[in-house]
Amino acid sequence: MFRKSREFWLLLLLMLLAGSSFAIQRFPRPEFETGYQQPETMLPGPRAEIMAVVDLAVLILALSAVSWMVLKKRSRKGVFWVSMFSLVYFGFYREGCICAVGSVQNVTLALFDPTYPIPLTVLAFFIIPLIFTLFFGRTFCAGVCPFGAMQDLVAFRPKTINSKVDAALGMMPYLYLGLAVLFAATGTDFIICRYDPFVGIFRINAGFSMLLFAAILLLTGIFIARPYCRYLCPYGVLLNWISRFSYRHMTITPAECINCRLCENSCPYGAIKIPNSVKYAETRRQRVRKLMFITLLFPFLMVGGGWAGSRLQETFAGVNRTVKLAKELLVSDQNGQDVESFEIKAFRSSGKPLTEVYQEARIILHRFLIGGWILGAFLGLTTGLMVAGKLLENHQSDYVPDKGACLSCARCTDYCPVMGNTMPTELNHKA
Amino acid sequence: MPTRRVFLQNLIRGGILAGLGLLTGSLVFRSRKGGTCRLNISCNACSKNGSCTLVPAFETRQFVWQLDPSKCIQCGRCATECVHTPSAVKCVHVYAMCGYCDLCGGYFKPDTKTLNTGAENQLCPTSAIKRSFIEDPFFEYTIDENLCIGCGKCVKGCGAFGNGSLQLQIRHHICDNCNECAIARKCPAGAFSRVPATSPYLLKGFGKQPLSGDKTGGPESF
Ligand code: SF4
Ligand code: SF4
Ligand code: SF4
Ligand code: SF4
Ligand code: SF4
Repeated sequence: MFRKSREFWLLLLLMLLAGSSFAIQRFPRPEFETGYQQPETMLPGPRAEIMAVVDLAVLILALSAVSWMVLKKRSRKGVFWVSMFSLVYFGFYREGCICAVGSVQNVTLALFDPTYPIPLTVLAFFIIPLIFTLFFGRTFCAGVCPFGAMQDLVAFRPKTINSKVDAALGMMPYLYLGLAVLFAATGTDFIICRYDPFVGIFRINAGFSMLLFAAILLLTGIFIARPYCRYLCPYGVLLNWISRFSYRHMTITPAECINCRLCENSCPYGAIKIPNSVKYAETRRQRVRKLMFITLLFPFLMVGGGWAGSRLQETFAGVNRTVKLAKELLVSDQNGQDVESFEIKAFRSSGKPLTEVYQEARIILHRFLIGGWILGAFLGLTTGLMVAGKLLENHQSDYVPDKGACLSCARCTDYCPVMGNTMPTELNHKA
Repeated sequence: MPTRRVFLQNLIRGGILAGLGLLTGSLVFRSRKGGTCRLNISCNACSKNGSCTLVPAFETRQFVWQLDPSKCIQCGRCATECVHTPSAVKCVHVYAMCGYCDLCGGYFKPDTKTLNTGAENQLCPTSAIKRSFIEDPFFEYTIDENLCIGCGKCVKGCGAFGNGSLQLQIRHHICDNCNECAIARKCPAGAFSRVPATSPYLLKGFGKQPLSGDKTGGPESF
């Protein structure tokens, strides 16, 4: 024992002299005399790769099942059970981490960083729900997204939200999407995953902040049905746009609306468009004025937004690890701190030249400048579109779902008394 | 009028479909010519004929997170940042590198006087390392992964005073393979990267490792 420890101190001295370097065989491998068998280092593998294909198959089957339930069967019950299955499979079994919402970032990163390998399955999780939406509306939201299913379970007392407030809050997903794309494209962070309020629920052992997000969201969700879907979800933005042009969207009534108003309050998400009487006939002059206002509005909002976004360059870039490191290095080199952060320590031990970090940081900073302009202009554009949409509202005489906002949950179908060829016969008697 | 409207709508639908197709196509059939290597290795196969001969155009493989122990500085964040508590990162003992030292830099606190297994002497906050006598003067150290929280204290000790046979690794039967690893975004050393799921382990001194062992892990399997 003594001999051994003296050897140890000698080696320690040698090591200090030679400068520390890892993974050197300081102590020779022992030669055992008692026939001791050296154990093997166990390296248990991840989930089998083939399971990713199973996930994909489940996604397609679930999407087909909900679309069929919504459009053919017009059955809320059916949609509900498919969504419960999705909650269990994609939520609790897969623990939320193969998800279409987050895949936006993987796709963005893959577009901007050619070294990032995007597996076909991740790409499929991004594209397939969009294609289904183009054909059938947001059936993904209705019954496949585990986030939606989770929120639907707690929506006990949905309140109607003032349409102006709704429109203002409805801008948040655009901001969230814009930021998520900006941060993913610059290889900075995946903010959708970072602030995902649901994985905390799906993985019961998640940290405090994640559970806090989840609690806040679910409590809000009691009074505001699906708050995440309506006022945050970045993937929802894409689904919303595409759903507006969906080939076959669900309808409240199976045949012709009789304006009985029974469905008026049936939608917990406020997605039913109520017929607007023609208020007063617009004069030509008023119309022209409106259009002029709108055409002037767009460049103003877009340039203004872009300028504001570019001002935020430093704030945004400050999140990036390379920029952060460069800043810290600059400060520490100027006034020589005694306590260096782990980041600086790791950098110093990596032996990377300082100039390289500064160079990289400069490039990233520049990307954030361009990104800030684009993000701002994008937000200006969407705000403009929102205002224009409000001003140029079309006259409409029936109760119809707003194809963008409707989540195809099929709740409203139960309220409509009109019979159609797709209605089950037993309901005929009730009418 | 209605027909014109329908036509316009179909036109937009076609446009969206084409856009999605274009996006998919550009990501599936990405250029394999020159530029940056998709594997981040320098095999030079690409420099011969201008395009990579190793990687298929599209990515049919799955990817998982990998911790490179040669970059790790044992900051302790692996224990605190993982979405799992205790962390999916564990200390792994690479027996083939171990010196079976009596005075183990990974087991004992640096100022330990008497080399016994008293908890006050142990570096590991959870006493996850088991020390057992083999033959004079050799001791075997085993990690109980159910206790290990991945704090890296032992790894630091072993790296500073020993052979560096204790190394942090993501245990893939525990890890959820988050879309973005919560530790990766906080790791000061940038030790995390995405690698093909078929060789998820990287051991310092040994390089990439083939998989082994049953899925249970833990002390029984050692
Ligand atoms: S189907 Fe659409 S409009 Fe009807 S209740 Fe559901 S979300 Fe509202
Ligand atoms: S319940 Fe049916 S008929 Fe009545 S207003 Fe709604 S869509 Fe029209
Ligand atoms: S976060 Fe990075 S540096 Fe810190 S212990 Fe984990 S791998 Fe090592
Ligand atoms: S010291 Fe930390 S990393 Fe090492 S075995 Fe104990 S808990 Fe695990
Ligand atoms: S991928 Fe997730 S579960 Fe795995 S080590 Fe990172 S944070 Fe932990």
